[in-house]
Amino acid sequence: MDAKLLLEQLFPAGQRVDFDGQYFSGTGQTADGEVAVIGTTDAAAIGVELAFRIAGQVLEIVRSHPRRPILLLVDTQGQRLSRRDELLGINGYMAHLAKCIEVARRAGHRVIGLVYSQAVSGGFLASSMLADTCYALPEAEVRVMNLPAMSRITKIAVERLQDLSQLSPVFAPGVENYLRMGAIAELWQGDLADCLEKALAAAVGHDARRDRGLARQGRLLAGPVAERVRHGGV
Amino acid sequence: MTQSYYEASARERLAAVLDPSSFQEILPPSARVMSPHLRQLDTPAAFDDGIIVGEGRLDGQPVLAAAQEGGFMGGAVGEVHGAKLVGLLERALDTRPTAVLLLVESGGVRLHEANAGLIAVSEVMRAVLAVRGAGIPVIVLDGGQFGCFGGMGIVARLCDTVIISEEGRLGLSGPEVIETTCGVEEFDSRDRALVWRTVGGKHRTLLGEAGELVADATAAFRAAAIRALALTPDLSLEALEREHAALGQRIERFGECHDAVDIWRALGVEDPERLPLLEAADFNTVTAGKRA
Amino acid sequence: METLKFEYRGGRPCNPAQASALAGVVGSGNLEILVEQEPLNGACAVEVVTAAVGFGAIWQAVLDDFFARHPLADVRISINDVGATPAVVSLRLDQAVNAFLGGTA
Repeated sequence: MDAKLLLEQLFPAGQRVDFDGQYFSGTGQTADGEVAVIGTTDAAAIGVELAFRIAGQVLEIVRSHPRRPILLLVDTQGQRLSRRDELLGINGYMAHLAKCIEVARRAGHRVIGLVYSQAVSGGFLASSMLADTCYALPEAEVRVMNLPAMSRITKIAVERLQDLSQLSPVFAPGVENYLRMGAIAELWQGDLADCLEKALAAAVGHDARRDRGLARQGRLLAGPVAERVRHGGV
Repeated sequence: MTQSYYEASARERLAAVLDPSSFQEILPPSARVMSPHLRQLDTPAAFDDGIIVGEGRLDGQPVLAAAQEGGFMGGAVGEVHGAKLVGLLERALDTRPTAVLLLVESGGVRLHEANAGLIAVSEVMRAVLAVRGAGIPVIVLDGGQFGCFGGMGIVARLCDTVIISEEGRLGLSGPEVIETTCGVEEFDSRDRALVWRTVGGKHRTLLGEAGELVADATAAFRAAAIRALALTPDLSLEALEREHAALGQRIERFGECHDAVDIWRALGVEDPERLPLLEAADFNTVTAGKRA
Repeated sequence: METLKFEYRGGRPCNPAQASALAGVVGSGNLEILVEQEPLNGACAVEVVTAAVGFGAIWQAVLDDFFARHPLADVRISINDVGATPAVVSLRLDQAVNAFLGGTA
């Protein structure tokens, strides 16, 4: 879905969002007040500048708008692949963004991630996946890597990976798999403003993704193994 | 006779870095908590899924420690591997050790377990931040063959510090991935000197991505880890604002630099071309006060 | 992948320094070996999970050799192998058993 159309559906009461290249930010009106919006378009490749910019906006919200909820609408093909980004330490910029989101959460800002188009790899890790809760539109594309690239690196035939994709949510790109594995809480359909309102009202607490993954039978071991290590004797 | 950290296995590193005989493993190989996903890919699994976690002591202080075994699937994170690490971090919230040590060696998400691996890395990120938020430092040691890349490269920079050797590498996308996608002109992954100038320990230390450069010796890592026990995590808004300013300056000062040597020169290092040749101790002397 | 099982009898009970010991890493050309004490009515049970298929006879020979060197009773040996040569297999077996027995083997 187009970002502008999305914003209209999320905020029928009104919104003021500025678009600058592949970056956008602003606010949307809900029944309970303003929600800060930060996002990207066009499956942006996130390099140091964009990660830095998003982080800066998060900090600005924390500084200037106490407790204002933050909605992350990051459409990304993943990290920018370039020697320059590596040279400058893009992993550090991604981590910085992650820390800024954490600071916001700890300062009482509800952070909601909505995957509205693409979410891939490092770009996904450093943004939507750090929200209190991450949601997605049904048409969203979520993945670690495309199958041909995975095939090249693992040396497993693409056909084999495709077959296995049918059997297990573990490999296949797809929002349904991330839903089943617990990373995405729910898909938003129909009245998106209503979905947002419910999300804003939902309780937040510990990282519930392992519990969800187990309940939905998408990730059977993550929860139990973590529990065993946490509480196990030596 | 110094023991190379680079050459040592994950288990050997733990034994050498922690106080002698202090390490007690949680979910040891005999527990056979293995990956459920590899068999269907005809890929051999490891009894510990490539990560060793447990309790130990460092300089007499109680610590929790994890070490990734690069020899198994490049140390990449799968469902069980990631869960062991998350469980260890959450254990820290309960037992409140002096620190958590992460002996990292990983290419990032284990592609054979793709989605489960990615989500696991995200859960590790949240857990690291929770541990640091509780006032417990998380210390990364990076000096293995496979470096620290992908999602683990992000995890490493969420931690209090990265102690890195000149052999160590730290980044997000590996040089091979960039070369395959963008061409050899963008990044010649077989140019070792270029790779190390770009993502290696010395550059990371000068740039401010790593906290300390040590020699490739388990004893050196141990000593640096002991020093790092004194760190206090700071995830305040002020700290993040400071970091933001520094990262903004980094782009301003070095955004046009073509190569690490240009960055080092801009930092005031004389004879920057010689830096790759220096031993860790000499490197630290020569670059003292010049780090970004 | 292939799973091979072997059993040896007539070994001597041992006094291990630890309940289990591990040697090696599951990497190309390498293998990991887990040695554990377990009541098996005096048997030494070996299970090999290997990515290199069709080498049963070689495993038999290497393990026969190993058991001749270390006739152990009530021991379970579990192996994850990725195409290690017989020399590497023997080396790791010895490493694992030495760690298990406490370096007195």
